[in-house]
Order: sequence, then structure tokens, then C-alpha cells
Amino acid sequence: MTGILRLLTARRGAGRLHWTDWATYAYLGLAVLLMFGPVLWLVLSSFKTPAALLEFPPSFLPMTQKEVRVEGYPQPLPLFSVTMEDGSTRELAQVRRVGLIAQMVDPKAPGTTVRVAADKRQPVREMAFAVSNYTEPLAKYDFLRFLENSLFVTLIATAITLVINSMAAYALSIYEFKGKTLAMLAVIGTLMIPITIVLVPVYLVVTEMGLVNSLWAVILPGAATPTGVFLLRQYMLTIPRDLIEAARMDKASEWRIYARIVMPLSAPALAVLTIFSIMWRWNDFLWPLAVLTKSEVQTLQIGLNAFQGELQTQWHYLLAMTVVTLTPVAIVFAFLQRFIATGIANTGMK
Amino acid sequence: MTLIAPPRARPRGPSASLLDRFGHAVVRVFEPPFRALQRILGVRRMPYVFLLPNAVFFGLFVFLPIGINLVYSVTGGTALFPSQRPYVGPEQYAYLLDCGSYLDPSTCREDHFWRGVANTLKFTVFQMVAMVLFSLLAALALNRPIRGRGFFRAVFFFPVLLSPVVVALIWKWILQRDGLLNAAVTSLGGQKILFFVDPSWAMFWSVFVSVWAHMGFYTLILLAGLQAIPRDIYEAAEMDGTRPWRVLTRITLPLLWPNLLVVLVLVLIRSVQVFDEVFVLTGGGPGTATQMIVQYIYTTAFANQVQNFGLAAAASVLLGAVLFVLTLLQLFLTRRRAA
Repeated sequence: MTGILRLLTARRGAGRLHWTDWATYAYLGLAVLLMFGPVLWLVLSSFKTPAALLEFPPSFLPMTQKEVRVEGYPQPLPLFSVTMEDGSTRELAQVRRVGLIAQMVDPKAPGTTVRVAADKRQPVREMAFAVSNYTEPLAKYDFLRFLENSLFVTLIATAITLVINSMAAYALSIYEFKGKTLAMLAVIGTLMIPITIVLVPVYLVVTEMGLVNSLWAVILPGAATPTGVFLLRQYMLTIPRDLIEAARMDKASEWRIYARIVMPLSAPALAVLTIFSIMWRWNDFLWPLAVLTKSEVQTLQIGLNAFQGELQTQWHYLLAMTVVTLTPVAIVFAFLQRFIATGIANTGMK
Repeated sequence: MTLIAPPRARPRGPSASLLDRFGHAVVRVFEPPFRALQRILGVRRMPYVFLLPNAVFFGLFVFLPIGINLVYSVTGGTALFPSQRPYVGPEQYAYLLDCGSYLDPSTCREDHFWRGVANTLKFTVFQMVAMVLFSLLAALALNRPIRGRGFFRAVFFFPVLLSPVVVALIWKWILQRDGLLNAAVTSLGGQKILFFVDPSWAMFWSVFVSVWAHMGFYTLILLAGLQAIPRDIYEAAEMDGTRPWRVLTRITLPLLWPNLLVVLVLVLIRSVQVFDEVFVLTGGGPGTATQMIVQYIYTTAFANQVQNFGLAAAASVLLGAVLFVLTLLQLFLTRRRAA
């Protein structure tokens, strides 16, 4: 609380708030609203029942009409607040509605029914979270499988990327050898070739390898990231050469130097690459869209996109599944925010 | 021997030590083959061994495809395998570039491609202006002595991590006919607006959503640039009683200019390749109002009834050429910044 107070009363110097302070806080306030608002709205909406989603104007919180069980009626009945003829209001459950007249019953005295004009009643609403938005699509559709596929692709691809990128970076940073400049040029050159440009031929290569509609078709092509080699090499260049020379004196094999000295010392750079790779793989869209056409092998992003095409009207499922897709990223972000920010600031890449 | 296995603080907890033990096991498994290789090849050739796996991947999925792409673009037919495709020379390029007037896509033989080019150009111009303006404002605001800077930085940054599909769906939900924005519009006395039926609105929201999703990234780059400007320059300006506006235009912006240039070029490179958010948000519509070049390539090669790989390859070679020039520009600018 004091934090918020101090935040609100922060000044440019001593003395009054300068107009630039007002402008700054206005811009930041607007940003909080515009950046967080849509995500908050998504999460709130994802807990609304289909009926509540159709309401216009929409209510802020997930609300539904309260229902009560009344003795003698098999179904739960919707609860209304009714303005009686004498001006008092009572909470009554509706048995049925015929035209402009509704037949109501008092839940406390289920014996007698009352006839009420339909415009004299207001639904009684309560906050209710429609958890079924989450459980039903997971059970009914392939979402669990999409989730599994996405997890598999993300984990395996990140592992492969870390290993082969770090090996290449090790070669390019520790050794002097013929063709090193050429190899560096190749890495920098591929930095600027997005998969967009080679979509068709990569599809051919993947087909030739018999990988179409296999998760490996998504994992392999992007595994050797030039960004990763570049990032790790820059970091490994800072490792003192004496350390490596000393290890060689001690008859350590090159593999041991790589695995036991260079890798542990590069942990910060490896962490940044891990986060990047997870982000890239989890969010990957265009290439999986092109190469994964069968629904059994689709990833969460592709499944979600297909879902929005097929189930245009089933926003309640779509919103819930969007939240499911976003949650892992949100968790990663919450814990590693500082890491990610410095990683990007240092490399100028993402 | 201490140097080879430096005494490291062992991570605590059973899972960490399990991971640790797994790591050690992996290292030990690969030790003998690498030792053997080193004995046969000698230390001087070991870098090639370490380079090999990455190089194989690069070769298979980057360099080979670039070659095949060129082959595709000069061959015709619908076959996927290059050997089954008849050579047609520059026909694909001629077909793509055959236009009555380049200013009017409807006079082109392949009008979808040119609409894609026109839309991408439009998108790129708007995107560059909006992105630089808003991320610059954000960086300037974050660079001031404010409380809770970390929080506000996170506010701008978190959408960068969201997937394009999620970003597009979040906004689609807000912008739909009975969505939150139309509720606001009607409560202010307006009529509901069908944002995805009106071409101008569709383009506007495509740009808006892209800026929303990516501005945090550019804000970080600009913020790093701002923080590199020496404090004493500002202190001197304050002693002289310089007005804030003058400080901004005479000190901050000129000193930030190299970073701004880099951001401009980066936005340019990304905008030219724009696809996913816009594709999920508008589907390229209404009509072809927001169909971009990359969507044209994707549709031509994979989503159309007849898969025209040759045409798609020719289009991607052209796009690649543009990107190549832009990236050289970026490298040139970054090098100058470093110097």
C-alpha cells in the first residue's frame, strides 16, 4: 500500500509535480490499461457461460442467473426478484412462462404458485465460474493431445538446439582453424534467412525424409538456430583462455573441456537461449501450419487456430483454450522476466 | 585435476541433483567416442567435429533449400520433386511481374501477389511510424525517475512472449460485433462497428495489434540506448535551466538517433514478413484487404487447391532479395553504432 502511495506521489525533483510527470504517469497508466486489460478480459470471459457470453453489453465479471431447487419440481428453477403489486419485492422461482405472464413459486412456500407479469421480474444473478469451458474441450476435442505435442516439440527441440548450438559456438570461440571465417559468415548469413523464404524447399526436404505429419518435421528444421550460435559464441569468447590451456596440460580431452569447463561457465548465456528457444517453439506458427495437416500431430497453436475456424460460435471453448495456451508463457514470464529482458537488451534479438 | 572438474556448489533438492546426475551420465556416455575421434583426428581437427552437427542442420534446412528454391522458381508444373518439374526459365517471375501498372494491383496478371505487396507496404509504413512513436514514448517514460519501473517495463514487455495466435484471439474477442469495444461505442451513443468488414478498420487493427504485441521489444532496445546517455549532460542542461522540450529535441533524440535507426530497420524487416497475427485476426480479409506477401506465398504453395510451388518459390525469392538488402542495411547500421 505504501508502495502504491509513494508511486502516486513520486516527483521529478523536490516540490510540485511537473507537467512532464503528469504526462509520464498518464502514459504509463494508459499502458497498464491497454496492455493488461485485454488479457484480463480474456481470462474473465473464459469463465463465462455461453449464455453470459452472448449478453450485450457484456458484464464485467462472469455472472449467471441463480437457480434454486424447489420441492416438488424435478429441475432447478431460475430465481427472479419480483416487484409485487403492493410495491414490495420478493425473490421467486419461475416455474414456467406463458407469453407475458410468468408462473412463479416462492422457494420457502412451494405449495402455492403466483402469476406475475413478465416485465415485473428481474433475474437474480450471482458470480459463477464456468469451469466446464475448460474441462469439456479437453475431454471432447484433441486439446490434451495438442498440449502434449506442443510440450514434446518444445522440450526436444530446445534440448537439441542447446546441444548442437553450444558445440558449434564452442568450436567458433575457442579454436583457430581453417574455414572459421567462412563458418562465421554462414552463421551470420543464416541469421537473416527466415523460414518464410524457404518454406517450399524445406517442405520438400522434410517430405524426402518421410517426416510430413510427424512432430520431427517441426523439431528438426529450426534446431540449428543461428541466433543461438551467435549468442553463445559471444559469451564463450569471454572465457579466459588460460583455463582451457591449463586443462589441456592436465590431459583433458576436448570433449571434457567443452562439457566440464566451457558449458558450466556459459550457464547464463545457455539460460537465455533456453528461454528464447522455449518461447520460439511454443509460439511457432507458420511452419507447423504448413507441415502438420493431420489433427493428431498438431501443436497447440495450430489446433487453436483450426478451432477458431471450425467453432466460430463456440467462443466459450475457444477463450478457455486460449487461456490454457497462454498460461505456460505467463508462468515462465513471471519467474524469468528480468532474465528475458536483459537477454534481449544484450543481444537485440528475440 | 582440480581445473577439469572445478568444485561446484551442488544444486540442492532431489530433482536438481537428479538432473545433475543425468547431465554427468550424458557427458560420460559421449566421452569415449569423442576421445577416439580426438586420437584419430588430432586436436587441430576437433573444431570441425564440434561444428559438424550444427552444420548438417544448416545444410539440410537452410543452404540446400535456398538452392532448391531457385530451382523451383525456374520450373513449372505441380510436382513437388524438382526432377519431375519441367524447366520454364524466368516464366514464373515474368508471370508475377506482369502488370499493366504497378500502382494498381487489379491490372496485374497475378493480382493477389500485388495486392499482397501493396498491403504489406501500407502495413509497413503505418507500423514503422506507430511502433517507433509508441515505443519511444514508452522508453522515455520508463527512463524517468519513476517508481515501479520494473513493473511498468514488464507491462510493456509481456505481450512480446505471447503467441501470435493468442494475441490475435484476444483482440478478435474484443473487436467482435458484440465485443467489449462495441459495448463502449454503443454506451457512448454510437452504432456498432463491424471492424472486420470494413477494409480500413481491418488494416488499422492489424497494425494496432502488431504494435501492441511487439512494442515491448523495441522499448527495451530504446531504453538501453537512453540509459547509455551520460547523466552529466542532463545535469548540465538542468543547471542552464533548459526546458524539457529542448532537452528532448537537442540532447536526447540526437544521442538516441543510432538506436532509433536500428529499431526502424528491425521494424521494417519484421513488417515485411508479417503473417501470423494478421492471418489469425482477419484471415487476410475482408476480401484481400489485409492479405500480406507471406500469406500469398503460404496460400499459393500449401492452402490452394492446386499447389503452385513454382510461383510461391519465385515470390519468396523476390521477398528474400528485399530482406537481404534490408539486413545488409541493418548490419551496416549496427556496425556503425558499435564503432
